[in-house]
Amino acid sequence: MSIQYNKEHPLPTPPMIWENMGFWEGTKEHRLVFQRCKECGTWVHPPRPACPKCRSFEKEWAPSGGKGTVYSWATYSESPHPAFVAPYSVVLVEMDEGVRLISNLIDTKPEGISIGMPVEVVFDDIADDLTLPKFRKVG
Amino acid sequence: MNNISNKAAIVGIGFSGFSKDSGKTELHMICECIKAALDDAGLVPPDIDGIVKHSDDATDEHSVTSSRGMGNLTYFGENRWNGAPCAMVLRAAIGVTTAAANYVVIYRAVNEASKRRMRGSSRNMAQLDTGDLLQWTYHAPFGLVSEAGRVAMIVRRYMHEYSINSDQFGWVTTVCREHGAKNPDGIFYGKPITMKDYLESRIIVDPIRELDCHEETDGAIALIITTAEKAEKLKQKPVYIRGATQSQVAGTEERKGFYRPAISDLPEMKHMGERLFAMAGVNPRDIKVAQLDDSFAPLVPMQLEELGFCDRGEGTAFCDGGNRIRVGGELPLNTSGGCLGEGHIYGVNHVLEAVRQIRGTSSAQVSDADLVLVASGAGGSTSGLILGGSR
Repeated sequence: MSIQYNKEHPLPTPPMIWENMGFWEGTKEHRLVFQRCKECGTWVHPPRPACPKCRSFEKEWAPSGGKGTVYSWATYSESPHPAFVAPYSVVLVEMDEGVRLISNLIDTKPEGISIGMPVEVVFDDIADDLTLPKFRKVG
Repeated sequence: MNNISNKAAIVGIGFSGFSKDSGKTELHMICECIKAALDDAGLVPPDIDGIVKHSDDATDEHSVTSSRGMGNLTYFGENRWNGAPCAMVLRAAIGVTTAAANYVVIYRAVNEASKRRMRGSSRNMAQLDTGDLLQWTYHAPFGLVSEAGRVAMIVRRYMHEYSINSDQFGWVTTVCREHGAKNPDGIFYGKPITMKDYLESRIIVDPIRELDCHEETDGAIALIITTAEKAEKLKQKPVYIRGATQSQVAGTEERKGFYRPAISDLPEMKHMGERLFAMAGVNPRDIKVAQLDDSFAPLVPMQLEELGFCDRGEGTAFCDGGNRIRVGGELPLNTSGGCLGEGHIYGVNHVLEAVRQIRGTSSAQVSDADLVLVASGAGGSTSGLILGGSR
């Protein structure tokens, strides 16, 4: 089971801003990228103007391997927003690169989710101008 | 130590009845509360020369000053987010101990239940600052759009790391409602719940149940702060500010700490608590009553751990059965009922209740409540107070 949308209500998608544009341009092309510091190699998410570790402003959008594990999750049994049809689950994925990402799982029922479960990225083109990175169970 | 410890005191309190519909504007409520706080302290409006407010409050210092017939202000400002309540007291104490002002009023007024014109939760995306936008970009499109969802994500991991069953959180709500049932000013006066009620309450966002969540409330509170010397000449027994600190730790996002090393920790609470106890010169075992952030019940055992009242992972065991955390136990919690049992005035009601405990006027009074700890803002920007009946 995947998250279902109520098409009559727009998804809460805030405007893209300079710091996060590269991430969303990447997903549109079905590439998962995260900010990486060019000086010390630290992966940074959510993106920042500078590296929190070495403070360098030199950064790049680096490709992720797309694999990780479920770090935590929450299942809404009542929808807090008209665009989302309950029940649905939100997961916090810890990527192999070390950064974490809020997302949804596809093809997995809430009772099938567990912490530590290996997952890999898939891309959901939910609108002409927006592709969401989602995850599916591996193995 | 050259700090504000024992140099300032809370000298006046005023509060509206808490309800599901105040029938008034926030400005009207807060003016009534300030009048009550002035009367309580034995002061008059022109004595007030400082105001500290919350940045989400739908009132401003100009309209409050004009409406109450106050004089000129020499000190004013605001604090943000859920960690604001104790920080507002700190800011007021800094104002009076540095002589930037003589008498500072802090206030919070919300019509959250009736939705009569309220700022904050109704902010739209265009009003968000860059930091908020960066978070919302990565949370909202996936359906993580509520505070309960944020807390559920953190609590799930906490349960996993410490082998906790979510049923165990029920003792927090049960005891808060037990205390709140005795509070004639709260919205759950005369309405206690049992553990059975908790276990039967519906799941909102698993593992968070309806009875884990604070109750949306209309209400307002004002508190007046001045120096310890001036306090000793006023009407009420001074409630001394023994310790007051804030904390924000590196590598986190406000209220959405999903990216720090362990999301089951409350590092701000630990950092704040260590500094708070050092400043007040006391230990956790000296504290007679604590008012903790109970906007969501599972945050309470996490705070007990981070503040040093018990070991990591032992918070739910500490609350189990309720005997240690109810009045008569070793650490009574949230004696007014708190956000779960009195009303959700965003934790300013916790400061109010700490004052009532030290004055001996709580509806769930703890004997010899001469040292009371207050914590606000679990899981993000945090602040804390230790208030005392002597200095």
